[in-house]
Amino acid sequence: MKILIIGGGMGGTILANNLARRLTNEMKSGKARITMLSASDKHMYQPGLLYLAVGRITPDELYRDQASLLEPGINFHVDPVTDFMLDNNQVKTKSGKIFDYDILVIATGSRMFPEGIPGMAEGAETFYTEETAVKMLKRLQSFEGGKVVISVGVPHKCPMAPLEITFMLHDYFKDRGMADKVQLHYTYPIGRVHSLENVAKWAAPEMDKLGITYETFFNTKEVDVENKVLRSEEGVEVKYDLLINIPVHKGMEVLEKNGLGANGWIPTNRTKLNMEGRSNVFVCGDTTNIPISKAGSTAHFEADTLGENIAAIVKMGIPVREYDGKVFCFIEAGKDRATYAMFNYLNPPDPKAPTKAVHWFKMAYNKLYWVSARGLL
Amino acid sequence: MAERKIVDGRGSFCPGPLMELIVALKSSQIGDELEVLSTDKGSANDIPEWLNKVGHEYLSTSESEGVWHIALRKSK
Repeated sequence: MKILIIGGGMGGTILANNLARRLTNEMKSGKARITMLSASDKHMYQPGLLYLAVGRITPDELYRDQASLLEPGINFHVDPVTDFMLDNNQVKTKSGKIFDYDILVIATGSRMFPEGIPGMAEGAETFYTEETAVKMLKRLQSFEGGKVVISVGVPHKCPMAPLEITFMLHDYFKDRGMADKVQLHYTYPIGRVHSLENVAKWAAPEMDKLGITYETFFNTKEVDVENKVLRSEEGVEVKYDLLINIPVHKGMEVLEKNGLGANGWIPTNRTKLNMEGRSNVFVCGDTTNIPISKAGSTAHFEADTLGENIAAIVKMGIPVREYDGKVFCFIEAGKDRATYAMFNYLNPPDPKAPTKAVHWFKMAYNKLYWVSARGLL
Repeated sequence: MAERKIVDGRGSFCPGPLMELIVALKSSQIGDELEVLSTDKGSANDIPEWLNKVGHEYLSTSESEGVWHIALRKSK
């Protein structure tokens, strides 16, 4: 059975390794073959970008060679897909090769799309790529004071990032002795400071304590770069001296071009994780259209489910479990304290007050991530 | 009349039904009707409040077996 995984990010990598361990005998006997196609030979630890933007790590710490993370026996090619021919169980790649499959997993992630809001790409700093995170760091270092506004686009990956960057900026400016020269102003699209009600209940008083002002029901419509004004769909204007953007996101362009889903979000069954209408095509991570956090942990737990199911399909012809919506997100509440939110489709999160211990757990996980990527943690 | 577009936010804590609606509206046309399904009773207040602020037309809310159905029309 040919298993083809498109995408070498967190979901695809964990899944490939998970399957390679479960199907060791089948791979040896030739009954199963795992192939991964990726656009890059490098694997990026995306949560590290938050730390890069405030100068706490350097870019090299974000990456490992993708091949070094994969179990022996996985056929890995840096050759992105250009065409999906799902009716024929085939894909075509940039090099012109055709790969056929019995089971396809699309784990292509998501991309920032700041140009989706007029003026945003030109007017705001962000930290969702290496290049923009380094640019943001340089801008922060040269900033001499004023109003720093955080704008949050919808949808975005890493739902905790708006809060995390706000709290980390507070500590960044405090450490530079600039706390009295900087006013942090947080905006958020819905009627509270975070989509998770219990996280919002914790975060709003934290912001009050730290003197961070906030404004809810604020969906950025456009950025007037010349006058440094943010305008919302709700008719509100906010002046800024420095604008930090959590960008609007889309799925990968190749998916839109191939008609797999509007804006690159593939219609996906929320428990079985198959592409709607396709029993042998599964979707993992950010690129599903499931109403769930676009987060690394979501991809991780979806990959765990898919690993069990695809291995069971190879061995017995049937899947064995359903994805329950599990998500686990750390929330950095500054430079040295953190909490976390864990939830699923049925149970909301109940985050506790941030502690140094959870922050250090996150620091440890920043290194342990590479063990997760190998499907071991 | 075109079918109502369903925005299924049942069981969604994050990003939640209102954010799912905001995303769905971006790929909708003026005049389209949408219906949000939510298992979060707060949506019955939040969504109409936001629709009023932003200027879309709120149509109705109903509840059945723990699921709220909030209907609206994209107006701008």
